[in-house]
Amino acid sequence: MSEQITGAQSLVLSLEAAGVTDVFGIPGGAILPLYDPLMDSTQIRHILVRHEQGAGHAAEGYAAACGRVGVCMATSGPGATNLVTPIADAHMDSVPMVAITGQVASSAIGTDAFQEADIRGITMPITKHSFLVTNPDDIPRAVAEAFHIASTGRPGPVLVDVSKDALQALTQFNWPTSVDLPGYHPVTRPHAKQVREAARLIVEASQPVLYVGGGVIRANASAALLRLAELTGIPVVTTLMARGAFPDDHKQHLGMPGMHGSVAAVGALQKSDLLITLGARFDDRVTGKLSTFAPNAAVIHADIDPAEIGKNRFADVPIVGDLSEIIPDLVAAIEVEFANNKRGDYEGWWAQLDRILDTYPVGYDFPTDGTLSPQFVIERLGIISGDNSIFTSGVGQHQMWAAQFIKYNKPNTWLNSGGLGTMGYAVPAAMGAKVAMPDKTVWAIDGDGCFQMTNQELVTCAINEIPIKVALINNSSLGMVRQWQTLFYNERYSNTNLESHRIPDFVKLADAYGCHGLRCESQDQVDATIEKAMSLNDAPVVIDFVVHKDAMVWPMVAAGASNDEIQFARSIAPEWGGEE
Amino acid sequence: MTRHTLSVLVQDQPGVLARVASLFSRRGFNIESLAVGPTEVPDVSRMTIVVNVDGSPLEQVTKQLNKLINVLKIVELDPAASVSREIMLVKVKADVDTRSRVIEVVQLFKAKVVDVAPEALTIEITGNPEKLTDFLKVMEPFGIKELVKSGMVAVGRGSRSISDRSSRPADKSGERTA
Repeated sequence: MSEQITGAQSLVLSLEAAGVTDVFGIPGGAILPLYDPLMDSTQIRHILVRHEQGAGHAAEGYAAACGRVGVCMATSGPGATNLVTPIADAHMDSVPMVAITGQVASSAIGTDAFQEADIRGITMPITKHSFLVTNPDDIPRAVAEAFHIASTGRPGPVLVDVSKDALQALTQFNWPTSVDLPGYHPVTRPHAKQVREAARLIVEASQPVLYVGGGVIRANASAALLRLAELTGIPVVTTLMARGAFPDDHKQHLGMPGMHGSVAAVGALQKSDLLITLGARFDDRVTGKLSTFAPNAAVIHADIDPAEIGKNRFADVPIVGDLSEIIPDLVAAIEVEFANNKRGDYEGWWAQLDRILDTYPVGYDFPTDGTLSPQFVIERLGIISGDNSIFTSGVGQHQMWAAQFIKYNKPNTWLNSGGLGTMGYAVPAAMGAKVAMPDKTVWAIDGDGCFQMTNQELVTCAINEIPIKVALINNSSLGMVRQWQTLFYNERYSNTNLESHRIPDFVKLADAYGCHGLRCESQDQVDATIEKAMSLNDAPVVIDFVVHKDAMVWPMVAAGASNDEIQFARSIAPEWGGEE
Repeated sequence: MTRHTLSVLVQDQPGVLARVASLFSRRGFNIESLAVGPTEVPDVSRMTIVVNVDGSPLEQVTKQLNKLINVLKIVELDPAASVSREIMLVKVKADVDTRSRVIEVVQLFKAKVVDVAPEALTIEITGNPEKLTDFLKVMEPFGIKELVKSGMVAVGRGSRSISDRSSRPADKSGERTA
């Protein structure tokens, strides 16, 4: 028989057996028993964050950067509830994550005990699954199942809540050799008939588009996608979650679709006769007014999650499976069609698209008052830092510019909060990404609004030698909200002026946090400041880019409007031109 | 809007009812009735859920239900090919003058008097929802003091059981081909 150990020791052994090497968390009363044996683990590095939300986003950034399950840890009650936002975020963006929380002793559950919160109940709608463990013998099984569920099928967050008495009681460690979940069998092999049908539609279409979503990145299917695109010559659009799934430098790439997508990408979807949808979910930010989205297109919808298929848009050819299996199968099926001399002719389609691409490139105007252009800063950052970089962002204008003006040529290099739209994601996610990929240059592109939500994690980075770099796009306002006030609320700027050109002084703040602080206020200093930041690797760097506050994100499809009403710039609608 | 009866096999684990119920409410569906109980298989419970929705949103909700780790199987029961029952206990005003007339109705409906008091009778009746509605219509003039009804339970006709591999899952597109 194996020796008697505590539940806490069993939990540490379980995490080790699951392959965990990095954990982000904060201890507290209920989870204290776990932190004692955790101190002795040589395999697991625990990074002490400054707020549990930071732990959660760090676990997300870690997972999104390297594909392994991210792990965060918190105590009961407020520790656990502070994880709710990142858990919801991971749920929306299909991030594999396991959250371990301490719970009050099982005898106290339900009594409104000190620091008690029903975190399993609270997180039920925002987790892929959740466990409450009160028997120490159940710990290894729960951990094994949690990692299996988080990382397979459509990835997502799993919560394991462990009561304090289960951590303290004696048990034996028995790591399960297999996971037995009779209600969980994700379909990975696509239906061959459906794949053949999709291939048939593809060679018969005249205006097809590969509508690529974040699922391609989660499925590690970028190389397969490149093969499919080059085999067929079909144009590609990559959603906000899929930036990097297909090289931006590739001539078949039309850019990002959606509310702030390129005219070419939005226009291609609208005029398409066949959407080849790969790991995308017809989000409202992509489709605009759903009833007018891609009105003439038949839809092939391939996804690992059957519930996504037909949820928002009817799928003519549904394919349930893992994209890393579906895309190669599709390639093979198309090759069979080619061998039978059935091949799509997309020449006229490309002529239309090339004209739109030439006429409406994604670009920006410089401010006329000599202040710094935020788009220019972000564009230079992408060029100077290059392909060996990972970029994270917060949510808002800077996020859209970072999606538009940085060239992503590799998957897992663009990490952001797409579904939930969580301000404050950038800094802790960058921390997690840097821990996962220490050889990469990791930039957090953040707004001054977002930055003030989670910047305390710079302390964590400074102390734990995680030298991330922060490009603060400081327009002293909640820029995206301000843009909407400009466009839709008669320029009445209710509560969007942060006055952060004055307070706080971000350079001093960086200094106080043990980071390098730099400031850049003019265009001629941008390159030099970025290069300076690139040369500093002994501590995190924060650059306060003081930028023009009236810069706006274009193109834009107003919320609830049809994609046909896209504006290239304010009050400028593109000329689509006639059909070729 | 049409009425659908879903039979949902679930692992008998804490929280599973909350997961199922909250999924319906989160996706905007009203549960008309819900009954849960054990089955012939240990540790497997069966929920019978009656819900009023259009065809395609039902497909969406069954797909979402199928994603719950503790849900083992979902089958939509065709009313023509299944037997459904509810049980109802009704306390009806019945004094010396009306008691015999109430009992007459009870006998007509093959219901059962389970408690007798000087001013009231408590009646147990089992049947499909239509029968129970008809019974109430006849009882109403006497005066209904209290009423309690179970959720509907239902089972497919014939020799096949729901746990047979051959019975058709409600979620068609998620069929397992592997």
